[in-house]
Amino acid sequence: MRTLNSPLVRYLRRRLLILVSSLFLATVTLFVLLRLIPGDPSNSLLSVGATPDQIKAARHAVGSDLPLTQQFFHWFNQLIHFNFGTSLISGVSVSGEVFSRLRVTVPLTCISFFLAILIALPVGFISAYRRQKWYGTLLNGLSQLGIAIPVFWVGIIFIYAFALHWMVFPAGGFPPDGWHSPLAAVRSLVLPVSTIAIVMASSLVRYVRSATLDVLGSDYLRTSRALGFKFSHAIVRHGLRNGAAPVISILGIELATTFVGAVVVESVFALPGLGSLLIKAIAEHDYPVIQGVLFLSTLGVLIIGFLADLLQRIIDPRLNRFTESRSG
Amino acid sequence: MKKFTSRMTISVIGGLVAAALALTFTATGAHAASSDATINVGSLYEPQNLDNTGGGGQGVTEALNGNVYESLFKLNDDGSVSNLLATGYTVSKDGLTYTIALHKGVKFSSGKSLTAADVKFSIEKVLSPTSKSARKSSLGAIASVTAPDDSTVVVKLNSRSISTIYNLSYIWVVNSAAKDFLATADGSGPYKFTSWTRGSSLTLTRNDSYWGTPAKNKSVVYHYFTSATALNNALLTGAVDIVTTIQSPDALKQFASAKYKITNGKSTTKLLLAFNDRVAPFNKVLVRKAVTSAINNKKFLQSVWGDYGTLTGSMVPPKDPWFTDLTKVNPYNVGLAKRELAAAGYPKGFTFRLDTPTYDPHPAAAAFIKSELAKVGITVQINSVTDDQWYNNVYKAHDFTATLQEHVNDRDLVWYGNPDFYWGYNNPTVTALINQSETALTLSAQTALLKKANRLVVQEAASDWIYLYPQIVVAASNLSGYPLNGLNSQFYAYNIVKA
Repeated sequence: MRTLNSPLVRYLRRRLLILVSSLFLATVTLFVLLRLIPGDPSNSLLSVGATPDQIKAARHAVGSDLPLTQQFFHWFNQLIHFNFGTSLISGVSVSGEVFSRLRVTVPLTCISFFLAILIALPVGFISAYRRQKWYGTLLNGLSQLGIAIPVFWVGIIFIYAFALHWMVFPAGGFPPDGWHSPLAAVRSLVLPVSTIAIVMASSLVRYVRSATLDVLGSDYLRTSRALGFKFSHAIVRHGLRNGAAPVISILGIELATTFVGAVVVESVFALPGLGSLLIKAIAEHDYPVIQGVLFLSTLGVLIIGFLADLLQRIIDPRLNRFTESRSG
Repeated sequence: MKKFTSRMTISVIGGLVAAALALTFTATGAHAASSDATINVGSLYEPQNLDNTGGGGQGVTEALNGNVYESLFKLNDDGSVSNLLATGYTVSKDGLTYTIALHKGVKFSSGKSLTAADVKFSIEKVLSPTSKSARKSSLGAIASVTAPDDSTVVVKLNSRSISTIYNLSYIWVVNSAAKDFLATADGSGPYKFTSWTRGSSLTLTRNDSYWGTPAKNKSVVYHYFTSATALNNALLTGAVDIVTTIQSPDALKQFASAKYKITNGKSTTKLLLAFNDRVAPFNKVLVRKAVTSAINNKKFLQSVWGDYGTLTGSMVPPKDPWFTDLTKVNPYNVGLAKRELAAAGYPKGFTFRLDTPTYDPHPAAAAFIKSELAKVGITVQINSVTDDQWYNNVYKAHDFTATLQEHVNDRDLVWYGNPDFYWGYNNPTVTALINQSETALTLSAQTALLKKANRLVVQEAASDWIYLYPQIVVAASNLSGYPLNGLNSQFYAYNIVKA
């Protein structure tokens, strides 16, 4: 009983409620905004030469001749039954299509994310801890540069260097049989993953550096050292937890941004991921696909944000106390 | 701490380098023997679905036409039509009944025998109310299709239609028992449809029980790209063997080596400045002629395509039997354009909106036209439109003054005989000539009538036909046997050989 009323559980309930409401609001907004775009999905199925009867039949077939409210409730009804409908253009199930694209986007995002963390943590720490040394300054400068460079440009440079010049990795594409050719699949992800990881790491380095500087200058670290603890012990015991909370918050945002922003990299490297599916669907006004992709992306972003908040509170219980005192 | 960091760094870098090298060296292998070769084709045109009556787009024609699906008759790369699934046909004296004999022993890749019932189903599928085929309107003369026996099809017409055989070359014979035409394909062609990973590639494998001459390669993989740069990079890195269409001659510089072959074929795609002939000022022939004469199409073609591409002066590409070079009918002549404008009542010019699709080369063409027409006092307001806006506003609602657009098909002069078409050209003589050509008794009579109609259309400058696109194919030098001309986007892959 006590556990159910603990600050963390109360926070969890409130946060879940916000998540569900946000998702519903996003769903309605998404539907309305999509219908504000001028055009008709049936246009993608027709070509110059179509007769008025063919145009009418095509509109009926894709359902764009129905009133908007009817279209919304039809979609919403499908959604609550975990059915995203079928593509108006290809006729295949949206969920099948989305999940097949996630086989590229999820590894691309996750590997890039973990690689970025692997790069950012040591580089951010060293650039703060050794900020007086030349290499500390250099790492700081390089991270600034990494933030300034657009991700597509890094991709183009990588293609030029590693694909066209040295020919060690493919310039783009994904093997026709996907992960059934694991080596070819991994090879095709090396450059896109590196592209995202470098840009994301540059941004993360700034936050890690800043968090490290805060920790290095903190009273508790100085006190710990004064009590005779080694630097490494003091950092691990006291610094890591204190410095992790803000970085986790940023990591959540970065992961969500990378997931949604993979569209650019997928386009540069011609990868059949969620981003390229979304771009094509938007061009064709394929509403069920656009709605399906954006709904799942929104859900993904909200869940990542939720988990990041939760993790922060587990690592730093002071946040629960702060929230409690504010709320009452 | 320092030592640990540097050791860790070295081992991490070493590991990454080793992994990279391992991945690199697993990439290449020895070239397969030619009949067992896989041909990797790079294309910008991914099908929307696999049904050419369901809005599959030009990508489905490129991948499946003649490769997986076959028609009764075949449109050859040189523009001629020959028998394919049909062994021959007879026409009744009144020209209203076509009796077509089918090859015997033909099977779909699923193993089911192809019969006249499948042909009947396929023709009726194109004519059905739900069909989205752009060719449906050309088949309006068909009254009924019957299958008196398994190897005979009888097509009855409401009125004579000399294009019947040609029109039938667009109708794929599909398996009437098939359940899904959108995501899979069961045809009688030299390849079996194997798989389609949307957004990535489509794979065809040689049909070993094919009734005709077997394909000269084992499989064909169409790799799809959304960016021309990514597509060209794929050819440069060997990920694809051939690119079906090069979008810009600038891209050709990177293929100027013995490793590649560049061919310059004739396409059927025209770039048009289409006037809305219903509304002022383009409802006046003199205004249209003036605008046409004020634009230096040759200069624009050279600026976009260099030495590639063709000026035709009309809607008719050289592969059409009724082609005549009509570039001199409305010559580039600024003085003449000014005089025609004055005679039409616009001595100081006028202002009009040019609806311009957002993709290349339309924006560049619009800017060029704007600068050319400024010389004769005409102000062009460029209005960028998406494909969807174009289809809604221009094609469906006819709400435009002038627009730029590509028309990809051959033998499409007939649209000038339809006053309800989006450009609204309405000349009863032309309409009558085009209608008569369809009911002509012989091909030579049809050709003569259409030549006459075309000349009239050009004399009245119904549109400005800026240029005919080139069909530039770039392939690895060890590849041969691929089609050179891009007739209606078809790409027969079965003769391609990799040395």
